[in-house]
Amino acid sequence: MNATRRRTLLGASGALLAAPALGQPRWPARPIQMICPWAAGGGTDAVLRIIATLLEKDLGQPINVVNRTGGSGVVGHAAIASANPDGYTMGIITSEICMLHWQGLTEVTFRNFTPLGLMNNDPAGIQVASNGPHQDVRALAEAVKASRPGQFKASGTGQGGIWHLSLAGWLMAIGVPATHVRWVPSNGAAPAMQDLVAGGLDFTTNSVVEARAMLDANRARSLAVMATERLGAFPNIPTLKEAMGIDYSNGAWRGIAGPPNLPAAVRTAMNAALDRVFKSSEYVAFMNSRGFGLTYADAEGFGRHLAASDAALGDAMKAAGLARS
Amino acid sequence: MDPLLEGLRLVAAPDVLIAIFASAVYGLVVGSLPGLSATMATALLVPVTFWLSPIAAIATIITASAMAIFSGDIPGALLRIPGTPASAAYTDEAYAFTRKGQPELALGAGLWFSAIGGIVGTLSLMLLAPALAEVALSFSTYEYFWLALLGLMCATLVARSSPIKAIASMLLGLLIACIGMENPAGTPRFTFGIPDLLGGIEPIPALVGVFAVSEVMRAMASVEPPKMPFRRFGSILANQWKLTKQYQWPMWRGNFVGIVIGVLPGAGADMAAWVSYAMSKKFSKTPEKFGTGHAEGLVEAGASNNASLASGWVPSLLFGIPGDTITAIAIGVLYMKGLNPGPTLFTERAGSMYALYIIFILANIIMIPLGIVMIRVASRVLRAPRAAVMPIILLLCAVGSFATGNNLFSVLLVGLFGCLGYVMEKNGYPIAAMVLGIVMGNMVEQSFITSLIKSDGDVLPFFERPVSAFLAALTLGALFWPVAAWAWKRLAPRRAPAAVG
Repeated sequence: MNATRRRTLLGASGALLAAPALGQPRWPARPIQMICPWAAGGGTDAVLRIIATLLEKDLGQPINVVNRTGGSGVVGHAAIASANPDGYTMGIITSEICMLHWQGLTEVTFRNFTPLGLMNNDPAGIQVASNGPHQDVRALAEAVKASRPGQFKASGTGQGGIWHLSLAGWLMAIGVPATHVRWVPSNGAAPAMQDLVAGGLDFTTNSVVEARAMLDANRARSLAVMATERLGAFPNIPTLKEAMGIDYSNGAWRGIAGPPNLPAAVRTAMNAALDRVFKSSEYVAFMNSRGFGLTYADAEGFGRHLAASDAALGDAMKAAGLARS
Repeated sequence: MDPLLEGLRLVAAPDVLIAIFASAVYGLVVGSLPGLSATMATALLVPVTFWLSPIAAIATIITASAMAIFSGDIPGALLRIPGTPASAAYTDEAYAFTRKGQPELALGAGLWFSAIGGIVGTLSLMLLAPALAEVALSFSTYEYFWLALLGLMCATLVARSSPIKAIASMLLGLLIACIGMENPAGTPRFTFGIPDLLGGIEPIPALVGVFAVSEVMRAMASVEPPKMPFRRFGSILANQWKLTKQYQWPMWRGNFVGIVIGVLPGAGADMAAWVSYAMSKKFSKTPEKFGTGHAEGLVEAGASNNASLASGWVPSLLFGIPGDTITAIAIGVLYMKGLNPGPTLFTERAGSMYALYIIFILANIIMIPLGIVMIRVASRVLRAPRAAVMPIILLLCAVGSFATGNNLFSVLLVGLFGCLGYVMEKNGYPIAAMVLGIVMGNMVEQSFITSLIKSDGDVLPFFERPVSAFLAALTLGALFWPVAAWAWKRLAPRRAPAAVG
C-alpha cells in the first residue's frame, strides 16, 4: 500500500517536472476525480469503484471516487455536467439522467455530457411468484388484456422509476394502455420482490439480477427478459421476442461520461482505456460475480444509446402520465 | 466434514483473524467520531474487500458494523451526540449519567448489553433462521403500517415532557419527512425548486444538528459548570453484572423484541431501540426515574438494538432482502465473493455459514476488551476545557455531514437543525420525538398509501389478515388506553358527588 503510494507520488512529480519541457503535457498528468451521483456502498458505486481501480492501473494516475449524492441523483449528475472540461473531472451517469428532465426535475439532459463509454446494462424482467397462476409470459399477457383496468398490480421501484417505465413500455407493446396495470410504488426492488412472494402483487418488472435471490430460493420465477438476447447468467429465461414475438427492451444502464467539450486527446485516451477495462478479466469477473450485465458501447455507440434511451423513456413516461407537459 | 469444524477452520485462517482485528479497531474509531455513521464506516470498507478472501471480506463488514454501532454510543453518552438514529432513543438517558459524573456506568452498560444482545441475536440466527424468515415473508404493507404507527406512538412514551408537546414535535418530524420526492407519488413536495431537497431530509444531519449543534449552542449561552473533581474511572464492567441480575427480565425482553423487529426488512435497529426503550419505561416499577440517569432503559434498548442487528441478517442471507442500509451493502459483498444469498447457502455452503456465525460471536466478544480501551481513551474528552471541546465538536459535525455525500447542503442542514433543536429544547419540546418522526415518516406513508393502492381503497385488509388484526388491536389499544384512563379520572370525581346528591 505504502510502496504503491510512494511510487505514484514519484510518478506524479516526475510528470509535473516533465510537463513544462514538453510544452503540451500528456493527459493524464495528475490525479483524476470521478463523481458518483449515488451513495457509497450501492450498485453504481461498486461499478464505478472497480472501473476506477482498473483505470488507475491503465492510466498510471490515481483516480479518486467522490460520492456526490442528493436530489435523487440530480446533484451528482449536475456536478459532472458542470465540471471543468480539462479531463480531470468525470463521472458515472445512469438511466435516471434520461428520466429526470421529463419530469421537470432538472434542466440537465444527456446532451450536457460527453459520452465516453457504456459499461453495464441490467435488463428488466417479468417476475411472478412461483405458486402464481401464470406459467409463461404469453398467459400473463392474455390475463392482463382480459382484466379490467387497475385489477392487476405490479411493482419494482418507486413511482416513475425505471421499472415503472419498463411496465408501461411492455403494456404498450402488447397493445393495452400504459396505465392498465396499477403500479404499486415501493422502496426499490427488494421490498417489491418480498411483497410479490407475500402475495401482495401479481408481478414485478424490476431487473432479473435484483430478483436473483428469490429466483434461487424458488420463491419467484422470471417469465421473460426485456432484452434483445438472453442473459449470460440466466440462460433459461427467454427474451420477449422469443416468448411472444415482441421487440421491446428496457434496462437500467451505467456509463462513464464527462462534461461537454472535453479535449479530443482526453476523449480518445479514455475511449481506449475504457475499452481495455471492459475487456479485462478483472472487470468481467467482478461484473459476473455481482450478476451485473456486461454491455459495452464506445463513445459514439454510447451517444446513440443515450439518444435512443432518452426518446424511449420519454415516450413511456408520457404514456404513463408521468412526464410534465 | 462437520460444518462447524469447517467453519472454525475457515475463521482460524490468519488473514481472517487479522481482518477481524483490524476492522474492529477501524469500526470503533469511525463509529466514535460524531457525525460519521455505522453505514458510512461499512460503505468505506467495500473497496477494501475487493482484495480479501470471501470469509475475510464478510468478516470485515460484520465486525466493523457491530463495533461502529456500539461506539456510536460513546459520543452520545459523553457529548450528547448520538452516532445513529438507533441510539437517539436513549442518548439523553446516557448523557444524564455523564452529568451525574458516572459516564463509565452508562458506557459500560452500552458495551456489556450490546455484546449480550449481539450474541443472543446470533444464536437466534443460528437456530431459528428459517422460521424467522417465514415471519418476515408474512409481513405485507398492511402489517408494516401498524408497526410503523406503533413506533410513532413511542414518542409520547419516551418523552419526559408533556405528551402534547411530544406529539407536536413528532408531527413536526413527520412534516419534515414529507420533504422531497421519495414519496409514493414520486412528486416533489416542499422542495421550493431547490434540487438538494429532492432527495428529502436524511436522518443523520437532522440528528447531528438537533443533538450536537444545539448542545454546543447551549454551552455557549451558559456559564461553564465547576470542574468535576478529577477521579479515575471506576471499573467499567464491575457494575454490569449487578445490573444484569437486577434487570434480567428487561434484558431478555429487549433481546426478544430486537430479534423480532430486526427480522423485518425496513424496520431494523432504529425501531427496535425506540420500542424497547418505550416498553422498558411503560413496564418499569419506577418510570419517573427514566431520563435522570437510570440504567433500566439503557439495558433493554442496548440489548434490543444489537440483537436486531444480528437477526437483520436473516432475510438478507435467505432471500437477499436487506434489513437495513448495512445489510444492503453486505449483500453486495456476498454476491461479489460468490456467497450468493439463498437457502442453498445454508445447505450446500454450511461451512461458510458457520464461519459467519462464529465471526458474529467473535466480534461481539472482542468488542468488550477493545470497547473498554476505547471508552477509557474517549473519556479524556471530559477533562478537556469546554472552550476547546465545543469548537472541535462543531467542526466534526460539519466534516461528518459533508463526508456522507460530499455535499455542502448537508452542512447547512446540520446548522439549521441545530438552531431548531436549540429553540425546541428551550421551550420544552422533546427533540428525540421529532427525530422519531423523521425516521418513521416515510415508512408510515409508504405502507399506508401502497396498501390502499393494492386494496383499491378498501380499509378492511388492514384488519382482516391475522397478523395485521393483532397489530391493529395492539395499536388501537395503546392509543385509546390513556384516553380512556384520563376520561375515567376526569369523570369519576364528578360522578361521585352526583351520586351522593
